[in-house]
Amino acid sequence: MADISSIFLGIKSPNPFWLASAPPTDKKINVLRAFEAGWGGVVWKTLGSQVKNVSSRYSAVNYGGHKVMGFNNIELISDRPLAINLKEIEECIKLFPDRAMIVSLMADNNKESWHDLIKKVEDTGAHGFELNFGCPHGMTERGMGAAVGQDPEIAKMVVEWVMEKATIPVITKLTPNVHSVVPTGKAVVEAGTNALSLINTIQSVTGVDLDTLVPNPYVDGKSVFGGYCGPAVKPIALKMLTTIAQNEVTNKVPVSGIGGVSTWKDAVEFMLLGASNVQVCTAAMKHGFRIVEDMCEGLNNWMDEKGYNKLEDFIGKSVQNIVHWEDLDINYHHIANINQDKCIHCGLCYIACEDTSHQSINLDFGKPYNTYSIKEEECVGCNLCQLVCPVSDCITMVENRIAPEHVNWIEYQKRGLPLNDH
Amino acid sequence: MAILSNRLSKEQFEKNFSDIHPPFETKDAALVEANRCLFCYDAPCMKSCPTSIDVPKFIKQITTDNVKGSAHTILSSNIMGAGCSKVCPVEKLCEGACVYNLMDEDPIPIAKLQRYSTEMAMQKKWLLFKRKESKGKKVAVVGAGPAGLSCAHVLSREGIDVTVYEKEKQGGGLMTYGIAAYKVSPQFCEDEVNYILSIGGITIKYEQELGKNIQLSDLKKDYDAVYMAIGVGLARKLEIPGEQLEGVVDAISFIYEIRNSGFNKVAVGDKVVVIGMGMTAIDAATQAKRLGASEVTMLYRRTQEEMPCTEVELNIAKLDGCEIVWLAAPKEIKGADGKVNEMVVEKMKLGEPDASGRRSPVATGETFTLNVDMVIKAAGQMPYQELVAANQLENNGGKLKVSNNQTNLKGVFAGGDCVNGGKEVVDAVQAGKDGAVEILKFLNV
Repeated sequence: MADISSIFLGIKSPNPFWLASAPPTDKKINVLRAFEAGWGGVVWKTLGSQVKNVSSRYSAVNYGGHKVMGFNNIELISDRPLAINLKEIEECIKLFPDRAMIVSLMADNNKESWHDLIKKVEDTGAHGFELNFGCPHGMTERGMGAAVGQDPEIAKMVVEWVMEKATIPVITKLTPNVHSVVPTGKAVVEAGTNALSLINTIQSVTGVDLDTLVPNPYVDGKSVFGGYCGPAVKPIALKMLTTIAQNEVTNKVPVSGIGGVSTWKDAVEFMLLGASNVQVCTAAMKHGFRIVEDMCEGLNNWMDEKGYNKLEDFIGKSVQNIVHWEDLDINYHHIANINQDKCIHCGLCYIACEDTSHQSINLDFGKPYNTYSIKEEECVGCNLCQLVCPVSDCITMVENRIAPEHVNWIEYQKRGLPLNDH
Repeated sequence: MAILSNRLSKEQFEKNFSDIHPPFETKDAALVEANRCLFCYDAPCMKSCPTSIDVPKFIKQITTDNVKGSAHTILSSNIMGAGCSKVCPVEKLCEGACVYNLMDEDPIPIAKLQRYSTEMAMQKKWLLFKRKESKGKKVAVVGAGPAGLSCAHVLSREGIDVTVYEKEKQGGGLMTYGIAAYKVSPQFCEDEVNYILSIGGITIKYEQELGKNIQLSDLKKDYDAVYMAIGVGLARKLEIPGEQLEGVVDAISFIYEIRNSGFNKVAVGDKVVVIGMGMTAIDAATQAKRLGASEVTMLYRRTQEEMPCTEVELNIAKLDGCEIVWLAAPKEIKGADGKVNEMVVEKMKLGEPDASGRRSPVATGETFTLNVDMVIKAAGQMPYQELVAANQLENNGGKLKVSNNQTNLKGVFAGGDCVNGGKEVVDAVQAGKDGAVEILKFLNV
């Protein structure tokens, strides 16, 4: 059995799965249920000045019959009295001393407020802080949350205030509502943050009610931009994570990966692209805390299968495999192959290729079943047919190099090799 | 042993004749299945439908909350799409071709989804088709069955004024009179006919029978064209001794009576034998059982390999407790006091393939005897040979000969069972569409 225990900034947890700062980590009752279910740690929902929430708060994007492919919320930071939160944090730590307890903070925009809040939270025995520089709604209008994270200078200043006071590790959580997460990431690392976490939610409108004409979520005939998360944002999160893992300033600190993590496979992908652990929210909000069981078991089985003994054995291993476009090998080529024994004659590959790609699939009419085959000389190897095929391993991409030699775009141009050869 | 009506309680009848394929209970249930559809291109299901309903499109439209569009997609190909969703042998048509079968997965329940959209259209009385302004041309349609109504609807859409002559009191043809009550109810059939007629421009004259109170020669004179959709109706005789005994009925009449009388009014034997293994034979056997017969035996001359009904239909009969005897042909019906009490059955074996391509049954000379009090003949139906001959219509054993849907008489078109000898409702609907296209050409509109 592989060892899936995790140490993040010296904070130990029995597995690398933390619950992200959000409604599931708002109260003792939730957090205890999460720990009982097996979660490695929690980031307690953001504490700061007293706020008031509205109703409703969430909306979702469903797709192809699946609910909550994407999820958004307009909830603010914790609306419970600070004293109650602090008391409950302390109680949770005592009841589950082996789990990580990180507390998310968003103080008012002055040093004293941050220092005051840091002091109070440290007294609970919490193991670390996460600075919420990402919340994209409500708090931004008060100059907090994403308003801080979107401006590297302000972010740097706030982190400096925090680092003056904090005696426990500090993670800075980045907003994706920027062109690139790197400038703020660099600024806060330079200001001394011990780690980064990303991504926070993405500003969004999930849809509009076609009867009332009011966008979601509905608050008495109006709506606001909400923070988008869930499986739909994973690809964006992975990209942003990679840019942090590849930057020589930001890659000096550990990263906690967030954004649509729903399964052990998602978690492994985040870790392969540089995250030391992951944080989960939407998947738990959809299914409950029990999902952590398969996350642990799946990760363990995968590690055993691949021969990894501990998390560090694979963290970051895929970072080097994302390169600049210019570095790709132009001589690499593969073409689609349809396994006729597996084909169910749905025609999805054909119509996708014929209408929208390179007209590289033959159709031989049959009643009721047509036969589809690849025009190998026309296929550009784009993968579209394979992606839309409903049968596993029916369409495979078979390597068919143009030449054995690796030639990238720069070299290709230098040699004056032909363009538009098909 | 006796032939009796009212064998069961009201509750038992209701249970026995309730909808065999219930609809989706909720929109969510329909969506679960609709979302499974792969949206195939040049879809096998569509190519296996005689009316070429664009199945992937109508299912996709359910998932996009466009049920009105879904119903239009179905009904523009098949105006009896609601009825067909209940009576089509989909296991050998659309659902049988669904690509999920090739993954050894359950096919998409196409019929059930089709029912979902079309029943909603009927309930909400959506007017999905607009009739063009009248072109001043008149067409007479003989028979308000699937072929006749389908033809009439296409013609009316194009602005033709259509009069339909129907010998029964209601429209729908075999859909109304010849199909098991647990598949379609009389009320549904009536509603469907009314929904088809809601386009306007179609008048139905009931209880008008060709050769009796209407004549083809008059119709030819009074209308610009005539469409014959008279179906088939006469039960094929067994041509064996004892066929005249009391207790020998034909399946069509038996089913007709079930459709027309209350379930408690239809008399059924205690021990019933059904001759044949087509869809009508199944409908007769299962309903005899559901009316309270204690034993129902189905005889078929050939084997399961050659049977005309689908396996799904056969299974309904088996689950209803009907006994199936393969390679068995009726030889003689015996009676006492003029009433059936025995059937002598000859054992058969399979010989060379016949004209249908199926191996033909050959008598072995070996017989056995069944104790029966009712014999239901379901060995096929015969076309109206005398009627068509009397009207100088060229025919092939009573089946009308047509070229481009037109008979040998100019301006007299024909389609459906009276031409093909008897196929599915969905085939008749397509025949009606094809006939209408040729009539429109003929009328030059």
